[in-house]
Amino acid sequence: MDDAMLPPDRAADGAATLSRRGLLKGGGAMIVGFALGAPTGALAQAARGAKAGPPDHQAVDTWLAIHADNTATVYTGKCELGQGNQTGLLQVAAEELDMGMHQVSTIRLDTNITPDQQATSSSSSIHRGAPALRAAAARARMELLARAGVHLGVQPGSLEVRDGVVSVRGENGFRKVTYGQLLGDKPFNVKYDGTAPVKAPSDYRLVGHRPARVDIPDKVAGKYTLVQHHRVPGMLHGRVVLPRGQRGFGVGAKPVSVDEASIAHIKGAKVIRKGDFVGVVAEREWDAVKAAAALKVVWRQGEPLGDHNSVHARLRKDKTVDTVIANVGDPLGMMQKAAFVRGSSYQCPYQSHAPFAPNCALADPTGEQLVIKSPTQDVYSSRKQVAEVLGLPEQKVRIQFFEGSGTFGRSCYEDATQAAAIMATETGKPVRVQFMRWDELGWDNYGPAHAAEVRAGVNAEGDIVAYEYDGWQHGWTVTSTVSDSARTKAGVERANGSGSITVNPISTGSMYKIANRRVTSHGAPMVNYLRGAALRSPLDLSFAFASEQTIDELAVAVKMDPVAFRRRNIGDERWLGVLDAAVKAADWKPKVMGSQAESGDVVRGRGVALGTHHVSYGAAVAEIEVNRKTGVIVTKKLYGAMDCGLTVNPALVENQMVGQMIQSVSRVLKEEVTFDDNGVTSLDWSTYQVLRFAEHPEVTPVVVQRINEPSTGAGEEVMGATAAAIANAFFDATGVRMRQFPMTPERVLKALEGQQRT
Amino acid sequence: MARYVLEVNGQAKAVEVHDPQEPLLYVLRNDLRLTGAKYGCGLGQCGACTVIIDGEAVRSCLTPISSAKGKITTIEGLGTPQKPHAVQAAFIEEQAAQCGYCTNGMVMTTAAFLDKSKSPSASDVRDALAANVCRCGTHDRVVKAALRAASAK
Ligand code: FES
Ligand code: FES
Repeated sequence: MDDAMLPPDRAADGAATLSRRGLLKGGGAMIVGFALGAPTGALAQAARGAKAGPPDHQAVDTWLAIHADNTATVYTGKCELGQGNQTGLLQVAAEELDMGMHQVSTIRLDTNITPDQQATSSSSSIHRGAPALRAAAARARMELLARAGVHLGVQPGSLEVRDGVVSVRGENGFRKVTYGQLLGDKPFNVKYDGTAPVKAPSDYRLVGHRPARVDIPDKVAGKYTLVQHHRVPGMLHGRVVLPRGQRGFGVGAKPVSVDEASIAHIKGAKVIRKGDFVGVVAEREWDAVKAAAALKVVWRQGEPLGDHNSVHARLRKDKTVDTVIANVGDPLGMMQKAAFVRGSSYQCPYQSHAPFAPNCALADPTGEQLVIKSPTQDVYSSRKQVAEVLGLPEQKVRIQFFEGSGTFGRSCYEDATQAAAIMATETGKPVRVQFMRWDELGWDNYGPAHAAEVRAGVNAEGDIVAYEYDGWQHGWTVTSTVSDSARTKAGVERANGSGSITVNPISTGSMYKIANRRVTSHGAPMVNYLRGAALRSPLDLSFAFASEQTIDELAVAVKMDPVAFRRRNIGDERWLGVLDAAVKAADWKPKVMGSQAESGDVVRGRGVALGTHHVSYGAAVAEIEVNRKTGVIVTKKLYGAMDCGLTVNPALVENQMVGQMIQSVSRVLKEEVTFDDNGVTSLDWSTYQVLRFAEHPEVTPVVVQRINEPSTGAGEEVMGATAAAIANAFFDATGVRMRQFPMTPERVLKALEGQQRT
Repeated sequence: MARYVLEVNGQAKAVEVHDPQEPLLYVLRNDLRLTGAKYGCGLGQCGACTVIIDGEAVRSCLTPISSAKGKITTIEGLGTPQKPHAVQAAFIEEQAAQCGYCTNGMVMTTAAFLDKSKSPSASDVRDALAANVCRCGTHDRVVKAALRAASAK
């Protein structure tokens, strides 16, 4: 049910329950509706939401409620971002409780209700979100069994549970009691400390299996409640007013003058200002859209920004803070002794999160707290930032998470949240703010550009004997454009060190046993570059693009098949596992890369590569076609393998893999933030190109299941491998190396032209 | 104030707007509370706002209310979670959504396309969806879902 249709008090109380109680079977398809919770649940829920969180992390009641109808509500601190992790977390809870998937539901994050588990990022939902939930659920089960023992007059040890029904083992259900009868909406009042026994992986009934995602039927019916859907009575529509395309970090958006008369002709439109923040509100959304476009503002200009083609040279010349990330043996010395040395410099672009839904938030100042519906990935951090911007105590702000679209890292969701908060506070009315496409693409916190210099040496037998990687990039911002403007403060950059982006040692050669290896990160200050932040698999596409092409070049130098070459050099069975799984799925035929280059206008190639983000393992094989006349590359087939330890729901991981591999194709072939001296120029889907239907590959995902290993991330770990496999396939097809991505037709033609001349 | 009567999902709906140029998308979402069609770009580049007017898939972000004549079908009028349209059922079968923000455009474009094209190939489907953007990489599954819906008809 779309809870925008509910009376406002219900819509605002956060009681929209993602429920499986509406489970129906129909036409062979499992149809699952999102309905409101049962009345008892809703009441208990409202009581829960009465005061500002976070609730006690160690209390079982923070994580779970058992209802009289023998269902359970699970409260987690990780949000649904389109990756289906709610389904995965429900599987974990239902597994430990011995309940069925149809008996458990969850609610959206809310700073008055749900626990603080920090951001939903780094693919951490199952990895970091599940252990606390699992421990709380195990403790809950223990408590329920103790109570059942008293109720049935037996020792808890002689009880068994199925679908929330506790019965005495061996009695065929003669004596039994349900969880609902035992607890029925009353609190547990117990804490968990991690000592309650959890199930052995070999006993799992739900984890490792594939229940269908709970969110899809409503999404397909246009009924799923996204943050963009909410409307409340008396609400105004707001838009931010920003220059078209950001300039350098540090300049921000500073108005020199604002001509309010320029929107006098638009009915009810008003300018809202706070510090340097400029926005407009109007009763009708279209009037707000028009007013934002019509408002005449003179903006302060900053230093010229340079452009997207010269940024790599600038990074390499800049005064950087250098950190040696890995350093073993004597790479320089061994490089001299190697039979072959290969290396090159690489240029990688700024890329945008470009969420398909421009960010949106609705702030309502009319109650005790300022209540904001927001697509933030971290409700508690968002609450803190809003409180800072407004100068309010945190407890006066309540953030309720609602999905926008996939965001892939820090897009403008905090900006939208803060803009709504400011405009609602200034007008005293609820205000809904949505970014326009050009606001989102022009004022994103982009994945930073990267320049790399890689060199590696191999001996005549095919062992990698030396490896050096130098990478240059600037870091990430911790503040947002709107908070900088409203507080008239310069943006804050993450200091070097933990949390700033440095070269990832795992993505740069760590998968091979190399006795002499050095990786150095050169961090440039962000001033007068673009705003940077984490973008899905942060910089791993860049690292893999540079590193895995170098590895491939070594294989060619010793005339080995790239798979055999990697097998020989891999130092870890889990890397070997994903490599083997990917090449098996692809039915890889050994060859020396580029040795069978086809003639004709359209040539084909295959490539392989490894890569990851943090802890999981990824491998990919790509099959591409290159049109030598037009320069167009089409990725025909991708085979990816991922080992993320215990995979809770292989279907979800496969879906994630397909999504990330296709996004990787888009990023390595098409996506680039462009800018000139006056600011960012890629402001819509024609200037910021993404992969379209004609160019999408067929994708085969393979999950390497390891039930005895802890679950690790699955949302971004096969992207680097995919990007590099495509680059390697390009060499296989053409005999030419691409040192820069995106591999656009212009760049491809230029590279091929160079080949013809030599 | 200008008043218009629209025919949406089989019902006549009267709406009042300030500006005859106001796109149909905003009227559907704000006045009629039909939030299936979505704002993605407002530029006709992504398909998020697709509705069907007299059998044609149309970008409601570029359709001024003053020219929104004919029978308008939104995704809410196509089917429900309980009684999905053949295209919606196929999308569920194929789990052809991640975040779902593009799903309206995919489903509506596919539905209008399949009404005209009875036994399309995969490449026909790709052509039909060429102007729709998905940021989450559901392309493969969307094509499979469209083919499944075509064969179910
Ligand atoms: S919103 Fe209409 S095409 Fe993008
Ligand atoms: S599913 Fe997210 S944009 Fe397509």
